[in-house]
Amino acid sequence: MSATHHGIGAAAGSADGFDRPLLDAAQRRTFRRRQRLREWVITWALRLCALTAVIGLLLIMVFVFREALPVVFDPAIRAEAGLARLFATDMWQPVGGVPKYGIAPLVVGTLKVVAVAMLFAVPIGVLAAIFTSEFSSPRFRELLKPVVEILAGIPSVVLGFFALIVMASWLQAATGSPTRLNALNAGIALALGVLPTVFSVCEDALRAVPRSFREASLALGASRWQTAWNVTLPAASAGVAAGVLLGLARSIGETMIVLMASGNAAIVSASAFDSVRTFSATIAAELAEVVFGSGHYAVLFFLGAILFVTTFAINVAAGIFVDRLRRRLAGA
Amino acid sequence: MSAASTTGALDPRATAPLPVARPARHPWGDTAMIVLSGLAVALIVLMVALILGNVLIFGWRTVTWEFLAAAPSHGMTAGGIFPAIFGTSALVLLMTVALIPFGVGAAVYLHEYARPDAWLTKAVRFSVNNLAGVPSIVFGLFGLGFFVQFVGRGMDRAMGLDVVWGQPALVWAALTLALLNLPVVIVTSEEALRAVPRDTREASLALGATRWQTIRNVLLPQAVPGILTGAILSVARGAGEVAPVMFTGAAYFLPYLPTYPTDQFMELGYHVFVLATQSPDVEATKPLLYGTVLVLLLLTFLLNLTAILLRARLRSRLAGRS
Repeated sequence: MSATHHGIGAAAGSADGFDRPLLDAAQRRTFRRRQRLREWVITWALRLCALTAVIGLLLIMVFVFREALPVVFDPAIRAEAGLARLFATDMWQPVGGVPKYGIAPLVVGTLKVVAVAMLFAVPIGVLAAIFTSEFSSPRFRELLKPVVEILAGIPSVVLGFFALIVMASWLQAATGSPTRLNALNAGIALALGVLPTVFSVCEDALRAVPRSFREASLALGASRWQTAWNVTLPAASAGVAAGVLLGLARSIGETMIVLMASGNAAIVSASAFDSVRTFSATIAAELAEVVFGSGHYAVLFFLGAILFVTTFAINVAAGIFVDRLRRRLAGA
Repeated sequence: MSAASTTGALDPRATAPLPVARPARHPWGDTAMIVLSGLAVALIVLMVALILGNVLIFGWRTVTWEFLAAAPSHGMTAGGIFPAIFGTSALVLLMTVALIPFGVGAAVYLHEYARPDAWLTKAVRFSVNNLAGVPSIVFGLFGLGFFVQFVGRGMDRAMGLDVVWGQPALVWAALTLALLNLPVVIVTSEEALRAVPRDTREASLALGATRWQTIRNVLLPQAVPGILTGAILSVARGAGEVAPVMFTGAAYFLPYLPTYPTDQFMELGYHVFVLATQSPDVEATKPLLYGTVLVLLLLTFLLNLTAILLRARLRSRLAGRS
């Protein structure tokens, strides 16, 4: 191709003595046509690359739902693990003579762990974001950012390990709880996992609030905290909501931390000191031993489908808040 | 409260530097809340220090050359982690090979070709955002249901083989991870393309280069640091992810190293999980567990650090130009 480069334009009258184009009109047409074809092929190849994201998401949906649907439609599996049976009992005993697939303890367990996690992650994340964006020097921010990035970079299996081996003993000593691994332990570890998300999104949102908002508030005699709490935070509220929602979605879907730190006992109770079993941990713990195509297999995919739908809805909501923030700040 | 405001300067708690506009009311509550928010920051830093410190103190003794170079032995109560390091490397290498062309291609399309308001562009951006939010365990389910059961079994049936492809394997785990990390690479590569100044692009087009020639010879070479950032970030994430690979290819223990894409493999993150939860002798395993965690943390830390430095350079270049 590169040899024909010179020929595309007319090289007529050039210094090297050629007074004739390197390519005649027909050759030039062929060259142009070939070049156009190549550009067209490449455009489509790149478009297909971009489409892999769409196709990937669709495939995830299709294949998780496909394996989950027997719970609703397959008569043999419905008898063993139909929807009615999933809600009929509060026992989760998938292995045994008469397997019981009551998902109530899993729902309770997931809600409990997520509630504990958000109880820690939201106040700490939002307050830390306020401090960093409103009250700290740029130099301090440059020091703190890598610390949060380190926390974000810690693999969840390491957080799970820390909660299982180290933190559980500390917490048990501090609270006198009868169980070492419980909802509190898993929830705090989970909070560590989602803190970077909550913090980073909130901090970005706060920093995006124009300086004039703060100056106006301070000029009116408001104190620094009053300004941060009553002016800056409300202005960034959509971003804060997005951060909290993204953290919520992550905490619902997070697997290794709860699998290792929660004790995994399927119990219906309100106490944070009981062991809990979550949706994600149930899938992770049981899928390896399950028979392909069995009722148990379908139920685990059904749990996965519920996880997918829930987190998807929360993420879409977070996306709407992000758009709203962007529009509001663009208008301001 | 209002009485305190007159003596605010003497209040030892009001040591925070004040802005030009001096708070007229509630200086005590004000300082208290600022201190409280500062405590939230301190708590985050403290937790990070606790985790890293704990792993470092109990792990550094274990990490020796023998530990890095030997295989686990005596029911995983002795020996090293070489197979896990090897398996993780093979996994992220395969993942990167599958991931980079698609991720960079998608970013090039989004930034150089797509009209921002076309429905296709919107669909791609929506998918990228939401793909990043799919729980990793759902990726695991998907990898098992799609790659192993559907594609793998399908290939076996089409080629009349016994079970060769239709079982958990290195290649399926790598592809699952590649999909998981697709958003990371797309977002960072697009950022890198954004950092290439407009005039460079226009100069190339004005010289008669086609769109693709401009991209290949002008834009991509300049975007390499950004693309590398995305690749490194996804490798760091891939090395530590467990949920997506535990059903698609990671093995509890393997007496041999994987040599074919259809082999299973040992992975560092999964090895941490196995040592922490499945050990027959917890106390004997503990030093190995800490050593493995330290190696995994050092690996992800170094990768992330490289990515952060690369990105900082990229951003400063971007800032210098605008």
